[in-house]
Amino acid sequence: MEQFPGLIPYWVIMVLMMMGLYIVIAHGNLIKKIVGLNVFQVSVFLLYITMAKVEGGTAPILAEGIKLYSNPLPHVLILTAIVVGVATTALGLALVVRIHNAYGTIEDEEIDKLEDQT
Amino acid sequence: MRQKIILRVISKFLIPYILLFALYVQWHGDFGPGGGFQAGVIFAAGFILYAIIFGVATAREVLSATTTRVLLVIGVLLYSGVGVAGILLGGNYLDYNVLADTPIGGQHVGIILVEFGVGITVAASVITIFCTFAGRRPEEHEEEYGEN
Amino acid sequence: MVIAAIAIARIHDLFAVVMLTGIFSLLGAAAYVVMDAVDVAFTEAAVGAGASTVLMLGTLALTTSKERPAPAKNVISALIVVVFTGVVLIYGTLDMPIYGDPMAPIHHHVADHYLGKSSAEVGLPNVVTSVLASYRSYDTLGETFVIFTAAAGVLAILGQSRLPRRHHDQEDSEKGMVSSPEKSKGAST
Repeated sequence: MEQFPGLIPYWVIMVLMMMGLYIVIAHGNLIKKIVGLNVFQVSVFLLYITMAKVEGGTAPILAEGIKLYSNPLPHVLILTAIVVGVATTALGLALVVRIHNAYGTIEDEEIDKLEDQT
Repeated sequence: MRQKIILRVISKFLIPYILLFALYVQWHGDFGPGGGFQAGVIFAAGFILYAIIFGVATAREVLSATTTRVLLVIGVLLYSGVGVAGILLGGNYLDYNVLADTPIGGQHVGIILVEFGVGITVAASVITIFCTFAGRRPEEHEEEYGEN
Repeated sequence: MVIAAIAIARIHDLFAVVMLTGIFSLLGAAAYVVMDAVDVAFTEAAVGAGASTVLMLGTLALTTSKERPAPAKNVISALIVVVFTGVVLIYGTLDMPIYGDPMAPIHHHVADHYLGKSSAEVGLPNVVTSVLASYRSYDTLGETFVIFTAAAGVLAILGQSRLPRRHHDQEDSEKGMVSSPEKSKGAST
């Protein structure tokens, strides 16, 4: 356990991640579920960026007289993932709007009930 | 929201600077933070602000639905086209070294073109997504978004 | 950020939830700056706090902004799953290199090459851009296509606003909707 303080950032991220998961599982509202997925997504991004950090390093923009940079590779991956994330979120929200048109509700259980009746 | 004078004046003042900043981020991405993805979103944000304040219909007169769809395709094609150009000039797919006389120059040309393609795609797709959401009339609710 | 996340989980007014999501994203962007990822922070601030909040508000306007509280049995089973998964994940982090360790394996696979050689091979000071657009060009091409596909998908699901309104019942318009936007998109290309 001698590395205990160095692991705290990861633990905070795990807590955030589990909150996202909790929102997705516990709530029946479809918009709330998408928000939960977003929270989960941001925490995964944070995990990557945390791993990329080098103690004493700076942002990976090359300049004179700086020797130590943070790792640019996770930054690239997450940069694209964020934009893709918003695109997929938009797709999910579009589906929610269509579900609302078809069923008149966005609560999971009410949709199930309506399904059973038909 | 058309009757809110403060919002109208301030947003008219801000929108050109937002669009200008988007272009700066687009072309300066090689040297500082920034690039196609961010520039596309900032450009789209400026456009969305206009659409919220003045209504989607007015905004659609500036950039019609067909235009954004065509831009969406142009962006993707520009990116792939750079790759094909690499093949035609004797390199591999997406090999920028052959695009100019020196490898460094070729890399620079390739990166700028590719980032521009990304920027166009992202801006066009965010605008398209927003306008399809906002242009759709709520069927059983009295609140309207963007149209009033 | 944890506080914002708790509030998101507890509040039932979806309007407040969406606003809190925006705040959550901004806090995330601040965290990225602290961890030297300026490009990522830039994107998160523009996308997470700007674009996605606007999209969620648009959805709220089209649907409803009230949420029913979750049933108790859901909450209990969710808590069990979440606590279990969380403990497993935290146990997994015990093997990870400590935060900011320059000797961690992640920093010595290809990152050294990118940081050391990119100024000679690509010639741009911003390594993130040169990795994004040059070394990992295929990735970025794929991501661009994903965004394109997502926009096309949203158009296919929602985009009948440009066409004249049909006055049939719901099922009829559903069938017409899936095919017609694609036709109009094909015409515009």
